[in-house]
Amino acid sequence: MGKPMVADRPNNLTNQTAIGDHAAIGDCRSLALVTRGGTIDWLCWPMFSSPALFAGLLDCDGGCFHIGPAAPAATSRRYLPDTNVLETTFETPDGCCRLVDFMPIPPAGGPLRPTRELIRIVDGVAGAPILGVEYAPRPRFAAVDRRPRRRGGLGWAVTDRGDLTWLHSDVDLAPTPDGRGLAGEFAIPAGHRRVFWLTQSPGEIGVVPNLADSAARLAETIAYWRDWTGRCSYRGDHADAVRRSLLALKLLTYAPSGAVVAAATTSLPEADGGGRNWDYRFCWLRDSSLTFRAFNDTGYVGEACRYLRWLVLATRLSAPELQVVYDVYGRTRLVERELPHLAGWRGNGPVRIGNGAHRQFQLDLYGEAMATVADFCEHGGRLTRQEAALVDGWAATVARQWRRPDHGIWEVRTPPRHFTYSKAMAWATFDTLARIVACGRMAGGGVRIKALRRCCAEIAEVIERDGFDSAKGTYVAAFGEDAVDASLLLLPWFGYAEATSPRMRATLRRILAELGHGCLVKRYPSGFDGFESTEGAFLACGFWAADCLARAGEIAEAESRFRSLLGFANDVGLLAEEVDLDSGAQLGNLPQAFSHVGVVNAAMTLADEQGKMSG
Amino acid sequence: MIAWLERFAVAGGLATLALATLQEGCRGLRLSRLSLPFLVGTAFTDDRRRAMAVGFLLYLAGGLVIAAGYWLAFAVTGLSGWWRGALLGVVHALFLLVAVVPVLPFVHPRMASEHDGPATAHGIEPPGFLALNYGYATPLVTVIAQAAYGAILGALFSAWQA
Repeated sequence: MGKPMVADRPNNLTNQTAIGDHAAIGDCRSLALVTRGGTIDWLCWPMFSSPALFAGLLDCDGGCFHIGPAAPAATSRRYLPDTNVLETTFETPDGCCRLVDFMPIPPAGGPLRPTRELIRIVDGVAGAPILGVEYAPRPRFAAVDRRPRRRGGLGWAVTDRGDLTWLHSDVDLAPTPDGRGLAGEFAIPAGHRRVFWLTQSPGEIGVVPNLADSAARLAETIAYWRDWTGRCSYRGDHADAVRRSLLALKLLTYAPSGAVVAAATTSLPEADGGGRNWDYRFCWLRDSSLTFRAFNDTGYVGEACRYLRWLVLATRLSAPELQVVYDVYGRTRLVERELPHLAGWRGNGPVRIGNGAHRQFQLDLYGEAMATVADFCEHGGRLTRQEAALVDGWAATVARQWRRPDHGIWEVRTPPRHFTYSKAMAWATFDTLARIVACGRMAGGGVRIKALRRCCAEIAEVIERDGFDSAKGTYVAAFGEDAVDASLLLLPWFGYAEATSPRMRATLRRILAELGHGCLVKRYPSGFDGFESTEGAFLACGFWAADCLARAGEIAEAESRFRSLLGFANDVGLLAEEVDLDSGAQLGNLPQAFSHVGVVNAAMTLADEQGKMSG
Repeated sequence: MIAWLERFAVAGGLATLALATLQEGCRGLRLSRLSLPFLVGTAFTDDRRRAMAVGFLLYLAGGLVIAAGYWLAFAVTGLSGWWRGALLGVVHALFLLVAVVPVLPFVHPRMASEHDGPATAHGIEPPGFLALNYGYATPLVTVIAQAAYGAILGALFSAWQA
């Protein structure tokens, strides 16, 4: 990767930093996005779905925290090996310096610390480059005007609704002319260090950190991530990509509850001007089985079990029915509304917070949630009596409702339809429940297993009759429709169809022909979701295709596609939701758990299938 | 004597619970970040969890001890009743805010001071004049909570005296 010249931070909609130009740092509770130029333009504190403190990603006046060369400079960056600690190197005509960005992981107990911390350390490497600082906090998505106030030698405090955000630094900063932020400039000679320590104390008395402790915080943060990464059991050919994806998934995990959010951002567009701007800072049940296996099969059993426990706890609030999306604590009311004062990324509005999908009916959720529980049980997990009753409730709900049309895995905002994948997931609900009973984790024994198999047979008969196009020899996206969609690639994953079966092989080839674009795969044809605009290719679907090909025994093609897909990751290995088919640029919310789960699972399947081939 | 002690314990306990509920409730509603249990607890330990637990116990005990002062004042002056108790609470709150809170950075072992520099400072946030650093509503919340505390003590003293 070359070293592009970076200008100062973006100041208008047209030069707003590309989505794929961001790296992520986080503390498993919240996440910040950092541009190549050293600007943090996204941070929601104290948790993923909290209002943003910096939303410069969605509006030029949305708030940011910039530290970068005052003059254009060559820049390069990387994560320190096996960590989520970001190191950006600026080379200017006056010299070279390094900016290290990280968020310490809050320890369980121990000495007093601020509740949330983000530390930026600048080290002089050569010469004495001059760096500029701009600190523009804009609480509540820039909806309110809160100005930094000086607190003697303790730094600058911003308070809003009882939340205290505090910037401590050994660099002198002064209020900007409009008083809404701080600015400054400093030279950083070789061997010198400057520290910027941003903290938040939500609704509580603040804690002042000692800047001299920043080196210790950095060392412990590096040690935490290296220890975590060291537990990875994947030993295949794509270890770097898998570890980076797992690190991204860990960043998207909300440690106090074990939930995994779909992405850390809201309203980054899936298409230019298409209106497909959604808030992904919540937890989708449709991701559950794939996410569980990504953690569990790579050695992160603790993360997988905590995720399962979150799933079971969260869904109690809506039991026996499942809701499409929950927040990290399982709260169910995620009212969707627009923020008209934010222009959107490069003017692509609207900016939405909350997610209206929570009111949709999605049949596939039950199969995905049940498969998660089955995986948990088959790996030795045990269910309490209440959990077993909850799972029984899901099965009863599917038995009542599987004949109903739904909105499908893609949450299309058209009238409900009979999606083939949804029906297959109804099949998976009973199939995986039978597996749970078979491994002795739920009552019923052989009689119940037989009854569940009868349910499976009934649903399969309907799918094979109405969800299959006999003329083309492929499954179709919805009953009575001609199109295919990429969710059908998951049928082998959930055990509904063998990837080597003629029907599945034909379906795979048709999907690649009609929705494929090189190694990329679109979710569905244009117009399928009720929107007129064309969206990009959904990265996860590309990985599902590679997975499906590998299961079908077409290893070489699967491997080739997988490697090509990894080429769409940005310079630090992160993936957004989609890729623009014309430019190859990343689109949609970032970093996207579904994409990174796709990397991990496809890599695991490739390794498994390659192992089988080589005996 | 035993009945008198029981009454005092009930009155002091009720008043302290009301004080704690009002203050922590206002914190939950984001009106103020002041948490007296946290302030008290961090004087004894720098572990956040232990500080809250220790602080809350000491806070409840302190509430009873201070209630004894109120009780004594009612007994000595012969003046009680809910509004006189509330008035005493307001005076008490003003004394805390004006005289006690500003000296905390100098006596609290884990409180930072605004006189420190960025490389030397550490500890919990100092309260500032009238504890305004903990939110602009903090003085008002403190006065109201302390008035409720005094009113409960005054009302119960008066009722049982009669």
